[in-house]
Amino acid sequence: MFWGKFFRNPQLAREVVKRIREIAPKKDHVKICHVCGTHEWTISHYGIRSLLPENVEVIAGPGCPVCIVPAAEIDEAIELALKGISITCFGDVIRVPGSKMSLLDAKAKGADVRVVYSVMDAVKMARKEPDKEFVFFAIGFETTAPSTAVELLKKPPKNLSFLISHRLIPPAMELMLGIGDLQIDAFIAPGHVSTIIGLEPYEIFPKAYRMPTVVAGFEPLDVLVAIYMILKQIKNGISILENEYKRAVTWRGNLRAKAQMNKAFKVVGGFWRGLGRIPDSALSLREEFLEYDAHEKFNVRILSGRDIPPGCQCHLVIIGKIKPTECPLFMRACTPQNPVGSCMVGIEGTCRIWASEFNGRRI
Amino acid sequence: MCLAVPAKILEINGDLAKADFGGLVREVNVMLVNAKVGDYVLVHAGYAIQVINEKEAEETLMLWKEILELKDNNLQIKMMRC
Repeated sequence: MFWGKFFRNPQLAREVVKRIREIAPKKDHVKICHVCGTHEWTISHYGIRSLLPENVEVIAGPGCPVCIVPAAEIDEAIELALKGISITCFGDVIRVPGSKMSLLDAKAKGADVRVVYSVMDAVKMARKEPDKEFVFFAIGFETTAPSTAVELLKKPPKNLSFLISHRLIPPAMELMLGIGDLQIDAFIAPGHVSTIIGLEPYEIFPKAYRMPTVVAGFEPLDVLVAIYMILKQIKNGISILENEYKRAVTWRGNLRAKAQMNKAFKVVGGFWRGLGRIPDSALSLREEFLEYDAHEKFNVRILSGRDIPPGCQCHLVIIGKIKPTECPLFMRACTPQNPVGSCMVGIEGTCRIWASEFNGRRI
Repeated sequence: MCLAVPAKILEINGDLAKADFGGLVREVNVMLVNAKVGDYVLVHAGYAIQVINEKEAEETLMLWKEILELKDNNLQIKMMRC
C-alpha cells in the first residue's frame, strides 16, 4: 500500500507501545475483543500481543466468515453439486467441512465445483455455458454482500442461482456480550465491514453496554493505536465510539452499497457455526428475487448438520474463549493441510492464522 | 474473506475499471463507489468497496499524534511513499 512504511514505522510503534504500557491499568485485567480475521492476522503476524502488558489481552471473536458457515449450508451446496449442478464458490469455502464431506471431497467424487475470485466470475461462467445450471455459494459479511446484491439487481442469467449465506457482524458482537464468562471490556470493530456499514451500527455498544468501541484499520500501527484509544477510554472511565480508520470509514458508510444490499436482501435470523442461531444476523433474498434462490429452484433445504466434529474446539475458538493452542487437535490431528474444524480452513480462521504465523508451534 | 486490497484506478469503462494492485493490473467493478481515475480504492472480491480518502490518509499521522498527545518535535516521522 502507499505509505506502507509509514503505517509500519518502528519508531512510532515503539512510542505507541510505550504509551500503552503507561496508560494500561496496573492490576485489572482488560480483555479487548476484535471481530475480524484480518485483524487477527495483523495481530499475530506482527507479534502485537507480545508487545502488550500481561494484563491486556486481545481475543479473536467470530470474524472469519468462512469459519461460521454452518455445516447444513455446506451440505446443501454439496447436495446440489452431487446432483450435477455446477457450484461456484470462493477459494476458502471449498475445504470447509460439511457434515460428512467438503465441497473439495465432492469435487473429488466428480462434482463440478469451481473456485471463483468474485461473483462476477460466476455470472460470466453462466453466460458462457447457458445449457448448464450454476449456483453461486454466497458467503461473507457486509463487506461481501453488496457484490452479490449488485449482480442480483442486474438480473443475472436464468441458469445462475444463489445459495445466500451472508451474515451480519453487529448482532454477533452483541451475542458475545451475552456470554457471561467471557467478560469482554472493549471492542475493536472491523475496518472493512465498517467501510460498508459505517460507524452508526456500533453506537449501541458504548451507549447500551458501556463498551469502548474503536473501528480500526489493518496496519500494525492502526491496531496498536486502537488499543491505546481503548485503554485511554478505560483510564478516563468513559465508553465512546471512536474511528481510527478515518481514511476509509465514515459515519454512514457506503450508502450506495447499503442501498443495493437493501434492495436485494431482507434481514433474518441465521445460524452461525459454533454459535447457534442469532436473531437478525443473516441476509435472505427478497421475494422479487426468489427465482434466483437455489433452495426454491432445486428444492434443497437442510436444516441441521454436524458443525463441530468430535474433539474439535472451534466453537470455543470462534468466541475467543480458548486459544487455538488449547485445542487438543491443534497441529496434531488438525492442520492446515488436513483441517478438522472450520477455524483451520479459511485464511482468516484463528487456528489457521496461528498455525501459519507460529509455524505450528504449540506456544 | 474480509480482506480488502488497495489499488489505484487507471481507467474506467462504465461499471468496470482497470486497477493497479502494486504492479498487477486487473479488472474491478466500481459500481459501489464514486471513484475517478487516479483514486485509490479498497477492493474486495473484485469490487471496489470504498475510495480511500487520500487527505485523511495523509492526515493519519496528525490523527495519531493528536490521539497520543505527542508534540511535533517528539517524533520525526516522514511520510514515505513506497
